[in-house]
Amino acid sequence: MPGILKSLLKNKAFLLMVLPGAAWFIIFAYLPMFGTIIAFKDFRIHPGGFFKSVYESDWVGFKNFEFLFSTDDAYIITRNTILYNVGLIALGLVLAVTLAVVMNELLNKRLAKMYQTAMFMPYFLSWVIISYFVFSFLNVEKGVFNQILAYFGADPVSWYNETKYWPYFLILLGLWKSAGYGSVVYLAAIAGIDKSLYEAAMIDGASKWQQIKSITLPQLKPLMIILTVLNLGGIFRSDFGLFYQVTRDSGALYPVTNVIDTFVYRGLTIMGDMGMSTAAGLYQSFVGLILVLTANWAVRKIEKDYAVF
Amino acid sequence: MADLRESIPQGAAAMPSRRRKRDIGGISPLWNAVFSAAIGLFALSCVFPFLFIIIISLTDEKALAIDGFSIIPSKFSLEAYRFLMQSGQQMLQSFGVTVLVTVIGTILTLYLVSTYAYAISRKNFAQRRFFSFLAFFTMLFSGGLVPGYIVMTQFLHLRDTLWALILPSILNAFYIIVMRTFFATTVPDAIIESAKIDGASEFGIYTRIVLPISLPGIATIGLFSTLGFWNDWFNALLYIDSPNLIPLQTLLIRIQNNMDFVVTNSSKVVSYDIAATLPTETVRMAMVVLATLPIALAYPFFQKYFIQGLTIGSVKE
Repeated sequence: MPGILKSLLKNKAFLLMVLPGAAWFIIFAYLPMFGTIIAFKDFRIHPGGFFKSVYESDWVGFKNFEFLFSTDDAYIITRNTILYNVGLIALGLVLAVTLAVVMNELLNKRLAKMYQTAMFMPYFLSWVIISYFVFSFLNVEKGVFNQILAYFGADPVSWYNETKYWPYFLILLGLWKSAGYGSVVYLAAIAGIDKSLYEAAMIDGASKWQQIKSITLPQLKPLMIILTVLNLGGIFRSDFGLFYQVTRDSGALYPVTNVIDTFVYRGLTIMGDMGMSTAAGLYQSFVGLILVLTANWAVRKIEKDYAVF
Repeated sequence: MADLRESIPQGAAAMPSRRRKRDIGGISPLWNAVFSAAIGLFALSCVFPFLFIIIISLTDEKALAIDGFSIIPSKFSLEAYRFLMQSGQQMLQSFGVTVLVTVIGTILTLYLVSTYAYAISRKNFAQRRFFSFLAFFTMLFSGGLVPGYIVMTQFLHLRDTLWALILPSILNAFYIIVMRTFFATTVPDAIIESAKIDGASEFGIYTRIVLPISLPGIATIGLFSTLGFWNDWFNALLYIDSPNLIPLQTLLIRIQNNMDFVVTNSSKVVSYDIAATLPTETVRMAMVVLATLPIALAYPFFQKYFIQGLTIGSVKE
């Protein structure tokens, strides 16, 4: 015991530095983790505060989970969350790498810089702002899309009530918002590739395409794997703003826009079912944790250096 | 950047480099034109919507009702901005809330992130592994929305306070990773060692030596944080009811479906007649423009720091 005490005393300057941050993590991250036990309780708010409420609520075992998985909702939100994320991760990777490789080859570097600045713009805007952008295109009476349809003599479409278009809209918007952000990291990596590799390839008479295929892409592979593993860990999480704000919380669209995050939010704010919402959130976090550990384990098996941790 | 290079294994054996050519063979002019046009089109799509919103906000409300949203309006008008100047008290109030939250939040973020990251970047801090894990585990697992909500409302009792907009977002593990990597790569151990020999305390070293040479890293985190607070609407959606505490982005959500919120809260003299003739659509868009303008104007200057942060953040230790 005195040994630990001595070590703590010796490090007291560092400990004082981490103290405020550690307190924040305990209150805002670890206390909620402890709070997930209400997923196994029939949660009732007790006037005595947080701990009293958690303590006094009755245990119900897996009732909340049974209730969650007994409806269609669990299947729909899981399917939507995974499919959108798989689409966004796969297409996002292809788009980011393609943009980076092509922008790197553009002869006019000034122009490339300008493009980069423009493509970064959506990343800096909130989904609320973007929902207004989308509205200017999809509004039934005044929107651009219906004006174009009218020009060609077609009937107007009530975009915010038609489920069939939204999977494409949401994927496109997700890609659009993060393309600039995604390509920047790969551009930086390309800039770091040893130039002598390309010189050697050129002496051997390799064409530009062969250089990209045999040098640039293989050199980018570790970064692609690392970022994809990190993204896979988040496959059970969605960008709440994209699915809630951009769709204007339109009830008609729920079958294709309801994801785990929006389901939990509505469970909390509209239904007020704390137990079931917590259960859904815990399901999300737990499966997410297993996925990221599995993905990392798999990568470590294949190539140790590529693992994230 | 140096780190990124290290993390990429140098696969093929590099040939002994001969005379370094400046241009290592570009693509053909035809392909260059094709690619320039294609990427240019995409880049245009990234800025066009914002320009379009500006145009709509400058359109005459009646022309808008007849023509719909149009790139070249038949009649321009400044009516929307004039209305906001006269009776935009709610807008001004929300603007104030957003600025206040952004400033306080960013200062607190910088304090928490830099101290925490610095401590765990120092190899002679005996408990660094424990505190690193304490931070990074939160990236892998979280309690989720509802328990967090209960902690905020039942334990901290912060519902409908300014702190509800600030505290949940002042720290996250990603900022700490970026900052720790920055400290570990840019602050030479030799400087710290020599300061120690001169008898400086750990706090003295941190404030007088480490912070001044780490300003680019601090700037990166400061910008991430500023952007996060400026664009935040989720905390207000969960915790705020009072119109006095509604930030800009959340105000934009409230007016999505009706403008009453702005009118009833703006000025008592606004009668129902005036409410009926409100330039609603253009006022909405004008508010979107005013909420976005600071970011849109500032970001080209700060882009460098963002890119730096993103690049550092994607590098593993």
